[in-house]
Amino acid sequence: MSDNTAHGEPELVQLLAPDGELHDDPDYPLDISAEEIRGLYRDLVLVRRVDTEAVALQRQGELGLWASLLGQEAAQIGSARALRPQDTAFPSYREHGVAWARGVAPKELLGLFRGVTNGGWDPAEYGLHLYTIVIGSQTLHATGYAMGVQRDGATGEDGSAVIAYFGDGASSQGDTSEAFTFAAVNNAPVVFFCQNNQWAISEPPDRQTRVPLYRRAAGFGFPGVRIDGNDVLASLAVTRKALQQAREGQGPMLIEAFTYRMGAHTTNDDPTRYRASAELEEWKAKDPILRLRTHMQTAGIAGDDFFTEVEDEADRLGERLRAECRSLPDPDPLDIFHEVYAEPNTQIDLQRAEFADYLASFDDAGAEGGR
Amino acid sequence: MSVDLTIGKAINAGLRRAMESDPQVLVMGEDVGRLGGVFRVTDQLYKDFGADRVIDTPLAESGIVGTAIGLALRGYRPVCEIQFDGFFFPATNQTFAQLAKMRRRSAGALNVPVVLRIPYGGGIGAVEHHSESPEAYFAHTAGLRVVTPANAVDAYWMIQQAVTSPDPVVFFEPKRRYYDKAEVDTGASEAAAAMGSARVARPGSDVTLLAYGPMVKTALQAAEADTERSIEVVDLRSLAPVDYATVEESVRRTGRLVVAHEAPVTGGIGGEVAARVTESCFYHLESPVIRVGAFDTPYPQSRLEEHYLPDLDRILDGVDRAFAY
Repeated sequence: MSDNTAHGEPELVQLLAPDGELHDDPDYPLDISAEEIRGLYRDLVLVRRVDTEAVALQRQGELGLWASLLGQEAAQIGSARALRPQDTAFPSYREHGVAWARGVAPKELLGLFRGVTNGGWDPAEYGLHLYTIVIGSQTLHATGYAMGVQRDGATGEDGSAVIAYFGDGASSQGDTSEAFTFAAVNNAPVVFFCQNNQWAISEPPDRQTRVPLYRRAAGFGFPGVRIDGNDVLASLAVTRKALQQAREGQGPMLIEAFTYRMGAHTTNDDPTRYRASAELEEWKAKDPILRLRTHMQTAGIAGDDFFTEVEDEADRLGERLRAECRSLPDPDPLDIFHEVYAEPNTQIDLQRAEFADYLASFDDAGAEGGR
Repeated sequence: MSVDLTIGKAINAGLRRAMESDPQVLVMGEDVGRLGGVFRVTDQLYKDFGADRVIDTPLAESGIVGTAIGLALRGYRPVCEIQFDGFFFPATNQTFAQLAKMRRRSAGALNVPVVLRIPYGGGIGAVEHHSESPEAYFAHTAGLRVVTPANAVDAYWMIQQAVTSPDPVVFFEPKRRYYDKAEVDTGASEAAAAMGSARVARPGSDVTLLAYGPMVKTALQAAEADTERSIEVVDLRSLAPVDYATVEESVRRTGRLVVAHEAPVTGGIGGEVAARVTESCFYHLESPVIRVGAFDTPYPQSRLEEHYLPDLDRILDGVDRAFAY
């Protein structure tokens, strides 16, 4: 299909074909060891297991909601493994693979969806900002943060860069366009990583755009590229280059990872109402994990022992996650009032005191034998 | 070093002092650089602090607030100018859903010390979207502090306190009072005004007249004009949180409360104060709390604004109503 339409599969950067064959791309050379490839495979499998377990936990009533990343593992792991410790990522709410790569424990992700936290981790500790629910909002936070990096003089060859994750739906938000504008005019060291997973809940890309998303960048004055989002090596190579260019002062870049959300939008969604099963079958053939495994087997990068080992590790991870999820404690009721303001706030202090007294009245009633 | 400053110049001097004492303080907004802002509140800052610290932004309010959040997360203290009250609305998501909630969402790991400066209120004969009083939206949003000075002294100190606050602060500037002057001791080392506190602007014994921002001057004029009753004027200064201790202390002494503001009465700050005071001072009240405000209509064309904005007579009519019981 022609490059001029948004909705087919135009030229895209691909290093690893669906059949597992590896190709070079002169623009995006990838220097990677067999050990690193095994590491990527392990990431993909374990992150998929986190996702599968979380969906199951939601079905068992342990989570209020879950947004599945099934099918998007390569886009996330490849791009996030391109980050350096000093880089900062601003995710949307489906970036479980990015969180994994940044070192956030999977149980921390569950807290938000179980309703025991509003966030779950210290963003500064991991270089991963909190999940952002209102789509596109984080693209501006990433851009502002990158402007700060720039002002700190923290850029340069060994410096820092920023990455903003968002989806095809978020590309329609004004904030995303404003982020492109701010990033471009400031030449900010930020990479915009759009996971075009083909569906914004029930809406396909032709409800979002008439041009391929990566081509939006040109109108803002920076480069855009479309990659095979199910190819973890392309995702790694292209993101690594984009981040390096950003930190060296060449400004922002938009990467559109052309991928597919194989699951539902969230556990509340029913994709059978809006998409054909044939489409899902077509994308299953492009599965990011299968193709890497095929390549590793063909190229002799790993043998059966390795794959069994990773499966076993995934089983243990799943088991641990189930136990951890169930043991996440409900917060204290007075937590409602905590951390709203850094400075004392008389209105909240008053309400907290009143509510504490109210709660204590039940203890008193209990002590008196109840009513 | 006492100097005669307008409110606009006092904010400028306060911003300058904040920028001098902390290199992380940034000023950003539309036209804040070379032009010095449409009200010239950031005059000369660009020349003295440079384009990296006084940032002329694209014309995109959501972008201004959203990137300010990112800058704050990186350790900066951005002071955003939203050019006019009615231009704030494109930035609502970034302000209400993002800025206000970020500290809470991170369980205290993140502070987002962004200041939003918003010139607000009417009385300058402007076209639509240039005269609104949207403060109640902000006061209703947990996580934001909302303040407004009524004179140059408070403006000078409160803007500095807003900048050093670890919390997001919405700083409403009474635009029709920008040119009102007062003696400001810009050399003083300690603040003359505490941003979070109300103040008794004029002592009195018969009724408490509560106002804030542009309405304080009108309230003082009304109190002056009333030769029969002793009107105590309280300047609220902080709209979120409200300093109820000062308000209630005054009401307990006077036994009556009239609240005046430019914003429409329904859902406004006045109604909130009335409810709270009724709860806490019921046995001290000689009459119901009276609200004087604008009508529940869009801000009218400027040839009608003198009817829309509470003036001295409408405030005194409110005081009359309080004494009718």
